[in-house]
Amino acid sequence: MFSSPFVRKPTSVQSVMLTVLLALLPGIAAYVWHFGAGILVQIFIATAAALATEWGFLRLRGKPTALYLSDLSAVVTAWLIALTFPPLVPWWLIALASILAVGVVKHLYGGLGQNPFNPAMAAYCLMIVSYPALMSQWPAAGHLDFATQWDLIAGGVRDLDAITGATPLDALRTALREAASPSSPNHALNASTLMDGPAFGLAGGQGWEWVALGYLAGGLFLMHRGVITWHIPCAFLGALAAISLLMWGLRPDHFASPLFHIASGGSLLGAFFILTDPVSGATTPRGKLFFAGGAALMTLMIRDFGAYPDGVAFATLIMNLCVPLIDMKTQPAVFGHKQD
Amino acid sequence: MKLFKFNGGVKPETNKDASTALPIATLPLPGRLTVPLHQSIGGTPRPLVRTGQRVLKGERIGAADGNVSAAIHAPTSGTIVALEPAVMPHPSGLSALCAIIAPDGEDAWAPVNPVDVRALSGGELRDYLRDAGVVGMGGAVFPSHLKLNPGRQGKVQTLVINGAECEPYITCDDMLMRERPDSIVRGTMLMAQVLGAERILVGIEDNKPEAIAAMEAASRGTPIRVLAVPTRYPAGGAKQLIRVLTGIEVPHGKRSTDFGVQCFNVGTACAVHEALDFGRPLISRIVTVAGNVSTPRNFEVLFGTPMAEVVRTALPRPDTNRYVMGGPMMGFPMPAYGVPVVKATNCILVASDHLFPPPPPEMPCIRCGECAKACPADLAPFELYWFARAHNYGKAQEYHLFDCIECGCCAYVCPSHIPLVDYYRYAKSEIWARERDKDAADQARTRFEFRNERQDREKREKAEKLAAKAAETKAKLAEEATGAPPADGDDPKKALIAAALERARQQKAAVEPKNTDDLPAAIQAEIGEIDARRQAAMPAEPPA
Repeated sequence: MFSSPFVRKPTSVQSVMLTVLLALLPGIAAYVWHFGAGILVQIFIATAAALATEWGFLRLRGKPTALYLSDLSAVVTAWLIALTFPPLVPWWLIALASILAVGVVKHLYGGLGQNPFNPAMAAYCLMIVSYPALMSQWPAAGHLDFATQWDLIAGGVRDLDAITGATPLDALRTALREAASPSSPNHALNASTLMDGPAFGLAGGQGWEWVALGYLAGGLFLMHRGVITWHIPCAFLGALAAISLLMWGLRPDHFASPLFHIASGGSLLGAFFILTDPVSGATTPRGKLFFAGGAALMTLMIRDFGAYPDGVAFATLIMNLCVPLIDMKTQPAVFGHKQD
Repeated sequence: MKLFKFNGGVKPETNKDASTALPIATLPLPGRLTVPLHQSIGGTPRPLVRTGQRVLKGERIGAADGNVSAAIHAPTSGTIVALEPAVMPHPSGLSALCAIIAPDGEDAWAPVNPVDVRALSGGELRDYLRDAGVVGMGGAVFPSHLKLNPGRQGKVQTLVINGAECEPYITCDDMLMRERPDSIVRGTMLMAQVLGAERILVGIEDNKPEAIAAMEAASRGTPIRVLAVPTRYPAGGAKQLIRVLTGIEVPHGKRSTDFGVQCFNVGTACAVHEALDFGRPLISRIVTVAGNVSTPRNFEVLFGTPMAEVVRTALPRPDTNRYVMGGPMMGFPMPAYGVPVVKATNCILVASDHLFPPPPPEMPCIRCGECAKACPADLAPFELYWFARAHNYGKAQEYHLFDCIECGCCAYVCPSHIPLVDYYRYAKSEIWARERDKDAADQARTRFEFRNERQDREKREKAEKLAAKAAETKAKLAEEATGAPPADGDDPKKALIAAALERARQQKAAVEPKNTDDLPAAIQAEIGEIDARRQAAMPAEPPA
């Protein structure tokens, strides 16, 4: 005999995760369009590795495997790993990252709902620390055919000329460093001049801006479906724009424009799909604003002054650490206690 | 008028149309009525009848026990065939004292004495309503006379009448408002008079246009304002309705009268009118029978009628496997089909596994926050869930566990299908049990400490007494020694002790009662004879 309520909204963890996967599709479509079908291979590898790891750990922990495998949470982690990693890294890197994300970051902490860190971002950070070279080979848009991509993913010899070595964020960082040196021909050129090249595209890098637009569309869909609230995306993108506007306004020769920061790297994916992970993120409305605002600040600090090209992953982990405190300090007032 | 909003809430399928198609029906007299004496919050009424006694309809059979209680009456005329425990309409399946009445079929009323409200003082009026058994008809069954108290300020500014009826399936208030709006309006005016209320607001969810129209028509020419409130569960919760109509949030543990508001259900208004204007005590109510039945409908049901008899009239489907008292959001499963209809029974929801399937397997909480969005008390239900699971009751209370009204919105929206309300009920009962244990331990400690203190005091007093006596004796001896020294040189102390012992022996023989003392003389004599015989039989035997 069970107790009230006897009626329930037709919803499940599975349907929530499925909605997230659906929302990723526009971004993936743009990715394939601009960078080739290699990403689909990576998504497949990541998904297979994540599900296999999930199955193994569920068996070890004596949990019902069918029930938990079909909740699709491991698939979401896998897709986010594939989408945040450089698309042409060898297959074993993606597989290893997925195994670590699901096995260590999720299951060793207690499985679904218990992980303090975002599994995909923790795996990204582990990999960029362990394999910095492989993790910074980003292709330029559309000049590698599928056979070459397949070969690279399968572990073929990496002819570095075939892969443009840096993301727009990385390229800008290098160019700015160069411009700062008096001996360089580019000395004293400001950021907007440096970003005039074709690799930078319209806003966030050739091709990448379209992928970002795809993520934006998916994110708005998630908001419309009520899977995420406006707080984290708006606070993250708002703070990112505000802080970068301030820095850009003060030193336009040193810092990139707000539009560039929003449209490039992992900003939009982070704003709508990564920081909004409910398990590792803040949960109160006010807490979400602090959490996402803090993540934006950390992201910019790492991008502008740190050693790594993008800061979303590290920023996410650092803010994940602050979540218990943020949640505790931002509990909303309870009915009837608002004047207390 | 400007309406306010409460946060959260959900919109489950209302399923109300099916049971409003037919008018309220009256049931034929059942063969037996099982009337529980305890049907409201507060003390259990004292039985006023004996087995075999004939009672008339409306005759008081249970008197209110103290002021926080309400009387119980015979729902029809007949004979009390037993006063015995029977299973209560409560999920625990526990029994409580009931008057079992065999109706005589005449349905003959006891003499009624309607009263003139203006002729009575507030206290007399409240006593009258208590003795008429009037309690809250929305389901909480709180004795109404206690709420009809204007308090220290002498008046309650706003009277809210609750016709929202937000639970799915339930339509008893809807039908009452459609069919008896004049009674509700009359009862409302009486209550407003007692409370000194200036503003009278009737809140009805906007999915009941017929009820709204009927109430508007009936309240024409009165200060009553009928207001349609947005349909959103739990808009009919007293706190939520007060919030929507007045903007006031009554916190947990505070009385709404402290904020100048009092709230009654429409059914209660009707009962007050019946009691005061016609002298008829509360002996029946409107009950919705819905769910897994062919003809869902509302019935006017006498208290004590077995639920199965009411349901039978609505033609239950064969796969029925349980009854729920109340609605699908907050109702309780019944332990048996034959449990009686009581003052709290607003709805008998006939259930089957097809209609209300068991929930899918429970998954871990993913902190998605849907529950917090749905909570009308602005709580963080998932945090309370974690604390309840971890037995961290201190933290649960810090996060306002006791502000939870158990409306079920959180469990309704939870994608992990966690029975959240069960966790809160469990945590609350654990906290209550611990408080009881603590109180008991405190009491035991106080008693123990008092006992120790008493023993110490007695010891001390005894020692002081002895010391005083010793001093006295010493003084006496000294006096004697100086006065007349003993002739034969015998120890004066020894003589004194011997004398004292002899005194004590005599005293004991004279005072000590025997357990045979109270027996009649003949038996005393017999005992004497037996003692003599026994002494004769074993004179040398030492005592055991």
